[in-house]
Amino acid sequence: MVSGGVFFQRESAMPQPSISKTMTTGESGLALIFAVAAFLCLIASAKALDAPFAFHAGLSAAASLAVVFFIINRYYDRPAALPPAEINGRPNYNMGPIKFSSFMAMFWGIAGFLVGLIIASQLAWPALNFDLPWIQFGRLRPLHTSAVIFAFGGNVLIATSFYVVQKSCRARLAGDLAPWFVVLGYNYFILIAGTGYLLGVTQSKEYAEPEWYADLWLTIVWVTYLLVFLGTIIKRREPHIFVANWFYLAFIVTIAVLHLGNNPALPVSFFGSKSYIAWGGIQDAMFQWWYGHNAVGFFLTAGFLAIMYYFIPKRAERPIYSYRLSIIHFWALIFLYIWAGPHHLHYTALPDWTQTLGMTFSIMLWMPSWGGMINGLMTLSGAWDKLRTDPVLRMLVVSVAFYGMSTFEGPMMSIKVVNSLSHYTDWTIGHVHSGALGWVGFVSFGALYCLVPWVWNRKGLYSLKLVNWHFWIATLGIVLYISAMWVSGILQGLMWRAYTSLGFLEYSFIETVEAMHPFYVIRAAGGALFLIGALIMAFNLWMTVRVGEQEVQMPVALQPAE
Amino acid sequence: MSFWTRHQIFEKNSIILVVGILLVIAIGGLVEITPLFYLKSTIEVVDGVRPYTPLELAGRNIYVREGCYLCHSQMIRPLRDEVERYGHFSLAAESMFDHPFQWGSKRTGPDLARVGAKYSDDWHVTHLTNPRAIVPQSVMPGYPFLARTEVDPDTIADHMRTLRTVGVPYTDDQIASAAADMKAQADPDNAGTDAFTKRYAKAVVRNFDGKTGTPTEMDALIAYLQMLGTLVDFKLYNEKANLR
Repeated sequence: MVSGGVFFQRESAMPQPSISKTMTTGESGLALIFAVAAFLCLIASAKALDAPFAFHAGLSAAASLAVVFFIINRYYDRPAALPPAEINGRPNYNMGPIKFSSFMAMFWGIAGFLVGLIIASQLAWPALNFDLPWIQFGRLRPLHTSAVIFAFGGNVLIATSFYVVQKSCRARLAGDLAPWFVVLGYNYFILIAGTGYLLGVTQSKEYAEPEWYADLWLTIVWVTYLLVFLGTIIKRREPHIFVANWFYLAFIVTIAVLHLGNNPALPVSFFGSKSYIAWGGIQDAMFQWWYGHNAVGFFLTAGFLAIMYYFIPKRAERPIYSYRLSIIHFWALIFLYIWAGPHHLHYTALPDWTQTLGMTFSIMLWMPSWGGMINGLMTLSGAWDKLRTDPVLRMLVVSVAFYGMSTFEGPMMSIKVVNSLSHYTDWTIGHVHSGALGWVGFVSFGALYCLVPWVWNRKGLYSLKLVNWHFWIATLGIVLYISAMWVSGILQGLMWRAYTSLGFLEYSFIETVEAMHPFYVIRAAGGALFLIGALIMAFNLWMTVRVGEQEVQMPVALQPAE
Repeated sequence: MSFWTRHQIFEKNSIILVVGILLVIAIGGLVEITPLFYLKSTIEVVDGVRPYTPLELAGRNIYVREGCYLCHSQMIRPLRDEVERYGHFSLAAESMFDHPFQWGSKRTGPDLARVGAKYSDDWHVTHLTNPRAIVPQSVMPGYPFLARTEVDPDTIADHMRTLRTVGVPYTDDQIASAAADMKAQADPDNAGTDAFTKRYAKAVVRNFDGKTGTPTEMDALIAYLQMLGTLVDFKLYNEKANLR
């Protein structure tokens, strides 16, 4: 287990004996709020109508008490003055919450990939469901998607955004307890959501499965996140807001809007987990996929594009290729993405006009997506040789290549004729994973490989050789995964619509299921490789924090190409 | 003063940047979603669609809880092979009382929009308990625990009241007799079955899981599955009037 010292370093505040030590309003206020919350949660736990709610309320009571203890303990440990915003004219950056989020990202990443491997295996070998409610596919699948998207991806986004906003604004993170509230509160949301899925607490809206109380908690955390991020931008010492921060801001603001739009629900009782969503039928479907597609657009794209815009130039030591392209990229991307949702509902009972509108904008979306890809890739101009020597940069660049590939595939699949074949099949799963593993996964890995030595003040990574192994094992895993899903998806789509020469449907449904088996096995193998890569990474980062750079680094003196 | 220098207003003022983002992202959603609430043509005019019975509602909640929607769609597209495989394409009206909708996005298993009355109750009990006992190649998990767990007739009225608040037209009568109706639907010998079938058109009264006593989750889920897609009589449905 991690000792506290890994995350909490004593702030090197100047001794200022003139100030007598008092609690800040934030400290006393928050401690009071959480003390009250602990009491209320205890009552809710006692009056709970169902066991999962009782468990969550009890857990929240314990967590609230822990927070009160944490605040008071921190108060007694800290010097009288809060950490200064600057020391000797240089910003005194707040790295603690970033360290915590980076650690949690790696933790949830491995958990999420592991659950992915389990459910992939369940589809290949259904006996692995063991006839148990808590670990059957239907409950583990949301656990997998939430763990990788919101737990792994979310922690990467929070960690990198807190780092980038401080560095690019040359200002200490706004707030004293607030950044900690964001990272701890967010991870607590993940805990509630994840345990809820296993206990059967879900509102069944894909990627928005958590029930009403988890949603309310996330709203509070997310607004605080926005305030900390915006507060830091407002304090900035740079006249311009750096381009990565535009993307982070669009991500934070839009996710808030989407979350509120998709989740208005009425609980059956304030002491029970079950609620009913305000929207019904067709409107619910449209709200859901407006949300669902833009969870992709703003969580998995805009947020990670921010990472691209900071980490690739930094790692390649080259400026962003085109400033003007990034302006067009930004506004076009956020304007067009919002329209694309209905392509998840082609040929459904959703009116045709909405479907056509969704398809049209999805195709247009190809342009800003590739504009962004070009901007990222061309940043390497004059530094392409680094791909040979720096596996971290290679990971970042390959992620952008995967981004280009899946943002070409996406618009293509949104064309109604293509969609009539691809929808409901594994092709969609393959498409999602070329984006998730290739783009989001690799850009996150690349960012963490940069970030960990930076925030823990290490000269470099423990081992670049291990990064290289991670890169190739994971890449092989992705290739196995997505090609298996392409073949199975297209095969299944074609089998469903195959007719005999006499005009009968050629295959029963179960024959199409049977045909999927070999591809499900290959997919599981691909997922296992991806997981192994992440384990290598976790070891490498752990050693980086513990011992720093390895003694022997290859002193490569490359000959220029003749 | 070029376009590019004008853009500095966003780059130098965080609040203007946030407002700009909000405006730009609002447009698409407003244009696509708002009309669905007032355009009359959005939901077809159909006879027969009614709110779920208490037992069906409990079954639907189990369907949601176990994540059935992750592998089974409930949305038949108007494509030749789907209509031949599953039946008439799904209408918007058929899910208008669904909170949340269960259209799904993936068919690891077949579409269930019209699975109602296709198989016997026995088939469902065996299949849900051990899918491979009936379909050897199936990859569906087994749900034997459903038959061992009872549903709670006493709380279902609260659920119906909540649904009424969000727009499902349950009557006072239906809510008042929810607990009795729930027991009646799973027990053909129950004295309340006549009153129950008057309250819910086309509702089927059967002992779905074949066991006596308080209805189980198995009863509830099968009651739900057996009604799926059975409410609209497509012999009477006026396709032309609802062309969109």
